[in-house]
Amino acid sequence: MIEFSTWDILRNLIFAARWTVLLSLVSFAGGGVVGLMILFARISKSKALRRFAIGYIELFQGTPLLMQLFLAFFGLGLLGVDVPAWLAAGSALILWSAAFLAEIWRGCVEAVAKGQWEASASLGMGRLQQLRYVILPQALRVAVPPTVGFSVQVIKGTALTSIIGFTELSKAGTIVTNATFQPFTVYGLVALIYFALCWPLSRYAHSLERKLHVAHRGH
Amino acid sequence: MSLIAVTELKKRFGANEVLKGINLDIMPGEVIAIIGKSGSGKSTFLRCINGLETVDEGSILVAGAQLLPDEVHLKALRLKVGMIFQQFNLFPHLSAGRNVMLSQMVVKKTGKAQAEAMARRQLERVGLAHKFDAYPDELSGGQQQRVAIARALAMEPIALLCDEITSALDPELVAEVLAVVRELAAEGMTLMMVTHEMKFARDVCSRVVFMHEGRVHEVGPPEEVFSAPKTVELQRFLGHGHA
Amino acid sequence: MAYVFDFTWLAEYWPLLVKGVRITLQLILIGGVLGVALGIACAWVRALGPKALRVPVAIYVELIRNTPFMIQLFFIFFGLPALGLQMGEMTAAYIAMVVNLGAYGCEIIRAGIAATPRGQFEAGASLAMTPFETFRHVVLVPSLQRIWPALSSQIVIVMLGSAVTSQIAVEDLTFAANFIQSRNFRAFETYLVSTALYLLLAIGLRQAMGLIGAAIFPKRSAR
Ligand SMILES: Nc1ncnc2c1ncn2[C@@H]1O[C@H](COP(=O)(O)OP(=O)(O)O)[C@@H](O)[C@H]1O
Ligand SMILES: [Mg+2]
Repeated sequence: MIEFSTWDILRNLIFAARWTVLLSLVSFAGGGVVGLMILFARISKSKALRRFAIGYIELFQGTPLLMQLFLAFFGLGLLGVDVPAWLAAGSALILWSAAFLAEIWRGCVEAVAKGQWEASASLGMGRLQQLRYVILPQALRVAVPPTVGFSVQVIKGTALTSIIGFTELSKAGTIVTNATFQPFTVYGLVALIYFALCWPLSRYAHSLERKLHVAHRGH
Repeated sequence: MSLIAVTELKKRFGANEVLKGINLDIMPGEVIAIIGKSGSGKSTFLRCINGLETVDEGSILVAGAQLLPDEVHLKALRLKVGMIFQQFNLFPHLSAGRNVMLSQMVVKKTGKAQAEAMARRQLERVGLAHKFDAYPDELSGGQQQRVAIARALAMEPIALLCDEITSALDPELVAEVLAVVRELAAEGMTLMMVTHEMKFARDVCSRVVFMHEGRVHEVGPPEEVFSAPKTVELQRFLGHGHA
Repeated sequence: MAYVFDFTWLAEYWPLLVKGVRITLQLILIGGVLGVALGIACAWVRALGPKALRVPVAIYVELIRNTPFMIQLFFIFFGLPALGLQMGEMTAAYIAMVVNLGAYGCEIIRAGIAATPRGQFEAGASLAMTPFETFRHVVLVPSLQRIWPALSSQIVIVMLGSAVTSQIAVEDLTFAANFIQSRNFRAFETYLVSTALYLLLAIGLRQAMGLIGAAIFPKRSAR
């Protein structure tokens, strides 16, 4: 049997963590774009669009991400193509992130005082103009901390993609464990790498939020 | 011809009928004070005229045009009628000058230079030319409310609706805002203002409307309304017969 | 599209799904109660407890909140036996869920405690209660009431997260779905049905949390 030093293990894991990072970035960015569309539907004047957005959010927040990954994997398979794991992983994570981001951002839009809608309406602005020039710039300010905070959930969420066969950090952990028979060390290191990715983002989100609160009190 | 004509206006919130058939005609250049107890429907009435609330029954004509609840008609209405709110509602992310420029540029598609010139003129008019670059949270309540007035004036409305625009102000700041309104009245602007400033109403307004339980209960020139209230409700509201 | 949906397998396999739902419910029931208890204990430590314990608890909370649940589960189930801590898959799943919910619950409940008006502590002290008695009798219930919606959402999240316990062979709803789809070759339909069951579980759990809240908190909300 080949001897694996802790350093060998760590190197392999860090190597695989690239894919965790890449998948997280893609999911977060894609989720942001789709999430914005869901947000617009959620706060639109059309009842049908609002219903759709509510249903979408309820569906993705009310079911396990793992199930969504399975459905993406086998659902895309129904279309007749041979689905690579990264594609199923990416699409499921994008749709899942979109639901959470839309819901976070809706809260931020609703946090903007009602008087802002009324004042801009009384000046003759249309709905889109109100959103673009008055509401969203204000919502954006409060949206940054929880959005950064959600990126941590995305990174952790990518771990599940190992189950449908995408080789990222968690999958590498399983592979290396099977080769080394050192589950304690390997999963400990895997956890530490996730921690190293997530913790700075958590801290950053936290400090942003504190700054926002201080700024709020200052006025 | 009247500038604003309200006929049999009714408004309900669920089962609660808040406006029960309001009739009121306002001539160009008139300054109307609306008084009445809290909850009598004063705000709702003004908000209907600005299209912020949908109307259940009756009609509102502004300069001969019917108020209809679609975006095109609403926009046309709001270009004619400006509104000032109790809570100022300045846009906190924009400077005072930008607050006044924004809707000109976005709604009227006025060019930037022209919008800025207009903003400076209107801020000058309310005595705040020097605060062009200040942000709302750097201004006192009275100054914020004057910026809000300048913002509405920049749209060149033919009438202004004011809903208790001094009620959120510290007492020492009320006068500066009322002075601006007095000036506007003198220039011939048509004004409808909900107010608790009875002395101001007496001095400046051409007519006083007393609202009670969703109706115009009594209306007339200020001398009459204040000195010789006809109805018991108005007498009680004004504090007559208490002594 | 040529694909024809087929749900006839349900006739044969529904008992497996029912069993899976039962195990998932069992997981969240036990994991939820113990997890909230751990969360309360940790929140007490972080807000009011002995200084020596605050840092270890903070480290625990940060570690858990910044690593995936699946890795926590694998570490407990595969890693801990290396230290001589053998356990069955159900035990590992319970521990992982309690540890996970404990950390999130701690942060949520701590926010509820932080929002307690100072006067409440002072009132307790003036009635000769010890700080712990004040916490137990005066502060805790209104604090929980304040954050009950957030705590309920977190419990739903943990329930949905329990799907990965199928990976260590806990026979939960996901395990049942995996098993069934390997037999009926109707993977998509199988996961569709189990996803719908999870959705119902989530909705039901949220309602149950609302009912529990209504039962344990006084009607007039403390704020
Ligand atoms: N958006 C609303 N939804 C439900 N009821 C409302 C709403 N706005 C006002 N009301 C009700 O309408 C009545 C009149 O309110 P309002 O017009 O604000 O009175 P005023 O300005 O004279 O104090 C009150 O009973 C109030 O509760
Ligand atoms: Mg009012």
